[in-house]
Amino acid sequence: MAEIKSTRIAYGEALAKLGAVDDKVLVCDADLAHATMTAFFADKYPDRFYNFGIAECNMMDASAGLAHCGYTVFASTFAIFGAGHAFEQVRNAICYTNANVKLGLSHAGPSCGEDGGSHQAVEDIALMRTLPRMTVIAPCDAVEMEKAVFAAAKTYGPMFIRTGRLPTEVITDESTPFEIGKAVTLREGKDAAIIACGIMVAQAMHAAETLAAEGIECRVINMHTIKPLDNEAVLAAARDCGAIVTAEEHSVIGGLGGAVAEALCGNACVPFERVGIQDRFGQSGTPALLAEEYGLTDKAIAEAVRRAVAKK
Amino acid sequence: MANFEAKAKQIRADVVDSLYAAQSGHPGGSLSCVEILLALYENGVVRYDPKNPQWADRDRVVLSKGHACPTLYAVLADVGFFPREELLTLRKLGSHLQGHPDMNKCPGVDASTGSLGQGMSMSVGYALAGKRPEHHFNVYTVTGDGESQEGIMWEAAMAAAHYKLDNLTVLLDHNGLQIDGTNDQVMSLGDIVAKYAAFGWETCVVDGHDVDAIAAACKAPRCGKPRFICCNTVKGKGVSFMENQVGWHGKPINEEQYKAAKAELGV
Repeated sequence: MAEIKSTRIAYGEALAKLGAVDDKVLVCDADLAHATMTAFFADKYPDRFYNFGIAECNMMDASAGLAHCGYTVFASTFAIFGAGHAFEQVRNAICYTNANVKLGLSHAGPSCGEDGGSHQAVEDIALMRTLPRMTVIAPCDAVEMEKAVFAAAKTYGPMFIRTGRLPTEVITDESTPFEIGKAVTLREGKDAAIIACGIMVAQAMHAAETLAAEGIECRVINMHTIKPLDNEAVLAAARDCGAIVTAEEHSVIGGLGGAVAEALCGNACVPFERVGIQDRFGQSGTPALLAEEYGLTDKAIAEAVRRAVAKK
Repeated sequence: MANFEAKAKQIRADVVDSLYAAQSGHPGGSLSCVEILLALYENGVVRYDPKNPQWADRDRVVLSKGHACPTLYAVLADVGFFPREELLTLRKLGSHLQGHPDMNKCPGVDASTGSLGQGMSMSVGYALAGKRPEHHFNVYTVTGDGESQEGIMWEAAMAAAHYKLDNLTVLLDHNGLQIDGTNDQVMSLGDIVAKYAAFGWETCVVDGHDVDAIAAACKAPRCGKPRFICCNTVKGKGVSFMENQVGWHGKPINEEQYKAAKAELGV
């Protein structure tokens, strides 16, 4: 049985580790430090932690101000508030000014569970992806999250790191490569390519195993960086496999599926399916039942691959 | 004072010149904050070095009412951040004098603003940085009265008091007018000074066209709180046909108006 750990806990732990080696790192939160897990950093480095209270817009602008005085600022809240409520502040104070602010936004997607649709960001990747200068990363597991946090601290500029509430499978290890903007092929196959991000990468791996038993061999690509997208990896997948399925815990509009569609458009013509939330809001429920309800499972991915392969 | 009267006329003339050349922009709110920016830059309040605009320990000046940037640009040019002739490139393609201030394009601009309220809350971040052990600087933020209707202004006001940011001074250019009418017609501010006081700020009220009074209020000893200076001003100040006229918030200046304004300013 694989290790199970949430990416939000890995995010908080990584920040605390980063704080020990980089004294220019400041962390901001908006009264959610024990949910985004920035509390791990706050406990160790209280003089480098700022709580802005329930005022996400002010936190984003103030984070930009701090960053422009030479700091690397990690600002955290839920994805719905950071990417949604404070969108304009992220745009004008952080991206427009090119502030070195990293948004660690948690509770993304229906896997945040019982809190319901008001709290389950399904459009955060789409919103952040449209902003010039913004890098968008959705790490696939807890191990990759730590690598993403350290890479973010080494890379100047606005960045969105998407974290999840739900403890999920760890599918990578220390030796798995991680470079911002560079897709990782986790499994080879020639019949179809599954391009996934976040917690759907593990589901993609399970789907590939099921499909292999049916004689369909899938390449599984962990597209942890949605922007800048690894266009080369997408086009190579189209060329080598002839069918593409994307999988994300996000709306199929504007997220990874949208980004891959943009990369393919005009460059490759292959059967293409998008697994994700079909233009709906979330609702309350257990994460497992919500995954079934919204088609965010290995079964849904396998079904999409069968459809795509049938069209070849 | 005589000194600043002449200087204020010159800055107003520069503002009118640049707005006339741009054939767009915001005359009313630019003319009302001339003395505020003169007090900050030319009466010994702000520490800055035009030869080193990125000096890490400079005081930060944030024009949160970013649409009044023609005045900021005129004062920055006057103190040597860039040549005065560049004022005529305001709002033109490729100019570093954008329609709203851009810190990455214009030397001396410490914060990109334009979305009202943003400068105020960025100032909280600057002031927090200015109090960290690595730094020591003050932050001066010029806000508008219409701007004070933005909710984020009060998020920032609460945070500044919470963090006891006594290196932060907010100067309100209180000219009483906004795009759709007077503040009271559009959305009453009530007792704005009492509101800041209730949020835990030290407050005072000055004549916003008295450079020495504004500077003195900025330099008064601090008492562990952020400072709010309500500067009572006249929108369109110095050009009689623009004074207290709602319509001059944002409107191009035609040739006849330009000549009349320049004649009145005597520059």
